[in-house]
Parts: sequence; structure tokens; C-alpha cells
Amino acid sequence: MSDMDRLRWSCRRGLLELDLVLQRFLNEEYPSLGAEQRETFNRLLRLQDNDLLDLAMGRADTSDKEFGVLVNLMRK
Amino acid sequence: MSYPVRKFDAVIVGAGGAGLRAALQLSEAGCKVAVLSKVFPTRSHTVAAQGGVGAALANMGEDSWHWHMYDTVKGSDWLGDQDAIEFMCREAPKSVIELEHFGMPFDRNENGSVYQRPFGGHMQNFGAGPPSQRSCCAADRTGHAMLHTLYQRNVRSNTHFFVEWMALDLIRDSSGQAVGVTAMEMETGEVFIFHAKAVLFATGGAGRVYESSTNAFINTGDGLGIVSRAGIPLEDMEFWQFHPTGVAGAGVLITEGVRGEGGYLLNKDGERFMERYAPNAKDLASRDVVARAMATEIKDGRGCGDNGDHVMLKLDHLGEELIESKLPGIREIAKKFANVDPVKDPIPVVPTCHYMMGGIPTNYRGEVVAPSGEDKEAIVPGLFAAGECACASVHGANRLGTNSLTDLLVFGKSSGDSTVKFLKQNLEHKDLPRDAGDLTRERLDRLNNQTNGESVSEVGAALRQTMQRNCGVFRFPDLLANGVAEIKEVAQRVMRTQISDKSKVFNTARIEALELDNLIEVAVASLVSADARKESRGAHDRADFAERDDENWLKHTLWFKEANRLDYKPVHMNPLTAETIEPKVRTY
Repeated sequence: MSDMDRLRWSCRRGLLELDLVLQRFLNEEYPSLGAEQRETFNRLLRLQDNDLLDLAMGRADTSDKEFGVLVNLMRK
Repeated sequence: MSYPVRKFDAVIVGAGGAGLRAALQLSEAGCKVAVLSKVFPTRSHTVAAQGGVGAALANMGEDSWHWHMYDTVKGSDWLGDQDAIEFMCREAPKSVIELEHFGMPFDRNENGSVYQRPFGGHMQNFGAGPPSQRSCCAADRTGHAMLHTLYQRNVRSNTHFFVEWMALDLIRDSSGQAVGVTAMEMETGEVFIFHAKAVLFATGGAGRVYESSTNAFINTGDGLGIVSRAGIPLEDMEFWQFHPTGVAGAGVLITEGVRGEGGYLLNKDGERFMERYAPNAKDLASRDVVARAMATEIKDGRGCGDNGDHVMLKLDHLGEELIESKLPGIREIAKKFANVDPVKDPIPVVPTCHYMMGGIPTNYRGEVVAPSGEDKEAIVPGLFAAGECACASVHGANRLGTNSLTDLLVFGKSSGDSTVKFLKQNLEHKDLPRDAGDLTRERLDRLNNQTNGESVSEVGAALRQTMQRNCGVFRFPDLLANGVAEIKEVAQRVMRTQISDKSKVFNTARIEALELDNLIEVAVASLVSADARKESRGAHDRADFAERDDENWLKHTLWFKEANRLDYKPVHMNPLTAETIEPKVRTY
């Protein structure tokens, strides 16, 4: 329980848009991710708010292939 | 058994722009300062500020702090304190240059000086015009760059950060002096007492009291809840800035450019209702006219959706090509946050809360002030506040664009300076009172032991709906009265919240319940204050009292949690050195 709670708190950000995107991702996409992708998601959460939002909104792209898979899920 | 104690010279609650700026003054002066933050500092809501910092640097043409002051007083609809406004506008250029020297990557002119953008409401020649280019920015990431610059500088000067810690209650001794706070480490759920010679709140806004808000989820008004539980009033809480078109249910802004390009609003009957309210300008009428019309349609039962709580913004007639070329990003926002493709379907929109003008009452030095005997503004020793959570009051009844960052830079610094001065005069820690921590323990025990209680998310939703429906952008007497009654019922429910997960480790359910304890104080304060103010001024816009009433209402509201009592105090009409800017009709 606490790991999921910790993750949920890491999804609390300075930008409302990011709160909404990450909340949806956590509820709808995260449960079906494998262990490696979950680790990648943790890594993704370490990005700066604006950079992460730009990726999620399709305003920027990433050369990191592992990120790319998750970012595509976020853009759905 | 008491909570474990950690000792610092000063404790700062909140690590956004204001908290970081204040912390820097303290740590660079050699004080031992603890900064508590629910999230990592660079993820504070300051990161959302794009518009820039207003400061009369005169890099783009003639400008003066005095013109900036005039625009700010006028923007405040004369409710702003003119001493604080003069102070802010005079200090702003110095604060910006200082930040530049800290390494802030401002946009630049060819000659190397800081580039400044024009921004609505900023004029030359005491409002006469032409517009002044006064906003200093770092592309569209001004807040982000500011947080990084200030955070790095704090790390260098050894500020102690406590990240993912939530402050819970203020500790005052028998004389009323602030001597510390209780705070919970989220990781472990352990509560500590931070024993300090001074406490400074910089907890930001509380926009999450509204159903539709641009504020991030963390903006729960923690500092406001904490001080109101400690007997300190909240000032001017009826004044909230709204944006007319946020995505209903989400709060994400839809730029007004959509109406500029030919988009228009529809009610549930499919009527283009702005034709009734503004026959000539229609959907291009000024922001307040549009917001008022939207609120009226919703109130009169012509809102859309199951709850009739929003209207529709239609732009499909503009065609895919124009939407993509002239309104970049809007389609993506609508798809993602409203679940509609605006090329085919209208976007559900509603007036959306953006900024809190009221807050913890302070003077322009960032010292918290509260009535004591005959003195309406007695200094609360050891207690300071800055940024959106504070009410100095520079924004009065409405905030001018770019002044939020100016506020947090200038008052972050001045409150930090005041704290340093206080520490020099108060070398020893005052003893903690014997009951230190008891209020926190009672609250946590109540929450842990509650049975047959209320769900935090349901009560939170009721709180936000009550505020949105009854205390929105345009206010009706029946709704305000209804809202006061309703929010008092919600407050009773907040006292009975229950959580199913009682674990101590990283328990977000508990954190959200504790945040709700703070939101309710803000919501009650806002409704009670708004119901009482029988005039329209700035962002407080009443259907039954359409005009500003300087004779009776040129005064600040003070709301006390105890018995929901209201008091009032005069507006400071005398600037520090300049002449008073006399009230006149505010037109743009």
C-alpha cells in the first residue's frame, strides 16, 4: 500500500495539468505495467514539471525509447 | 507523551517562490533555518507562473515605480494598502536585478538588458497610457526558472530542507508569540515539534476550494488553516480572481483567444446567450461581462450537463485548419481534459478560480498583524508571512497580471529581513508551552479513532461544489446566504472525516484529510466574508449591489474562526512617501 501511496504523492506536482495527466495514468495505465516499465515511470517522474508536461501534451519528444512507450500511453 | 523536538532559529512553511526567497535572507544572514514543504521545492505551484515579474526597470521605454504603483492601486479597486503597494513597486526593480545576479535566465535585449513584455493593465503616465512594457520573463517558464535559481542559491547557503513534510499546527505561547509548529514527516507518519524563535508562512494559495480551479492539487491553503486555528484572522477572503473559461470539471484554462478567433458560448438551449448581454461585442465583451453572463445562465437554470453547472464553447464552425493554425494547443487541451474534439464538438467551460487575493494579514514588512485591544494591527511576535498566502495587502480586490511574482519576490525578501531582525533582538528560544502539540494530537487522534464517519473525498467534493455554486465569479444574495448555511454543514462533516487506512507510513488518505481541515477554514471564511460585503469591488461582484461603495466598504474584512466573527480595519490610504492615489471609478 505504502509504495502506491508514495507514487501517488510523487504525482502531486506544481502544474494542475500534470496532476490530472498523472492521476489518470496512475489509475488507468500503471496497474497493467510490468516491473521494468514501473521503474521507467519512476524515472520519468524525476523530470521537471514543464518538461514532463511538454512530453505528455505532445509539445516535445524524447529520444529515450523507454520513456517513449510511457509517453505514448500518457498522450492517449 | 510529547512529540520529539527539533530546534531551529526559524522555520519556514512552504518552499515556493516566497518561501525560498525568505529562506535565502535567513540562511545568508547565518541563521539556522528549516524549510518544510509537501513537495520538492521546484515542484511548487510557482512553476505555473508564465506571465513574468512586473518591475519598472524602464528597459523598453520610459517607466517609473510610481506608474506601476498607480496601476496596482487601480487594479486593486482601491482596496490595496498604498504603503505596501509603494513599497512593492519601489523594491521590484531591485528584486529583479538581484535575481538576475543570482543567475536567473531572463530574456534579454540586444544590448544585454532584461527584455520586458507588455501586459494588460500596465500603463505609462498614471493610467493614461500608452501601455508600459514592464514584465520580465524567462520565455514562458518564468516561475520555473525562478524556483530553480532560488533553490540552488539556498542549497549553496545551507538552508535545511524538509521535503515531503506537512506542517499541521502553529504553537504560540501564553503571550501569543509564535514559538514553532508541529509537522508530519510523510515517509514515516511521525510528528515532530519544530521549536523556533520565529515562524514564517509561505504556503501559497488555496484555489482548491473551488470545483473549477487552475490551482495544482497541493494548493490547499495550509498556512491559512493553521493560523486560523491558532486564533489569527484571515483578511479579505471574499476576493478571488477568476478566469471566464476553464474546462468544466478540470480547471485547465482555455485561452480567451478562442473567442477572439470567432468561438462563441452556448447555453443548454443552444442559444448564443452573449447576444442578450452584450448585443454589440457579444462574445468579445470584457472578461467580467462574459463571466457574469455565464454565471447568470447557470444560476437561471440554462447551464449544460447533468448538473447544469457549465456552458459550452463552440468553435467547430471555425474549421480544423484555423483551429490548428491560430489556436495551437487548444485541440490537444480539449481532447485531453474535456474529452472532446473541438473540431467536432463544443468544449464545456465554466468560470474558473485562479488566484486568492486575501490571506494572512501582514504589514509591508511581512510581519503578521491581528487586532489586539484597540489596535487593529498589533504585530504577532515571531510570526511572518509572504506570497499568495499573505495579505499585505497589495492586490486588494483584484490582482494585476505579473504582480504575483513581484509580490513573492519583494515580500519574500522583506519578510525574511524582518525575521532576521527579529532573531537579532530575540537571541534565545522562548519555552514551549506545556500544551505544545496537544491540538495536533487531538486532531490526529480524532481522525484515527473516528467511526461511522464521513468520506474525505465526498466531503471535499461537497465543499468545492458549495463554493463553486454559491461563491463564484458573480454573486447573488440568495446563493450567498444559502452558501453560508451549506458550508457550515460541510464544516460539521469535516469534523467527522474518517480514513480506512490507519497505517503511519506514507498515508496519503491521512494527508488529504488534514488538507481538508485547512480547506474548510478558507471556504467558510470566503463565504461568510462575501455574504457580508454589500457592494461590488474588484473581483467581488454582486448582482444586488452593483456599485463600489467607498463610504461604507472602503475597509478590509477580517474573519475569525471563533464563532465565525467578522471585524473590519481601515485601508492604508497613505503611501510611504508618495501622495495618496484618491479613489475614482475604475475603467479600462
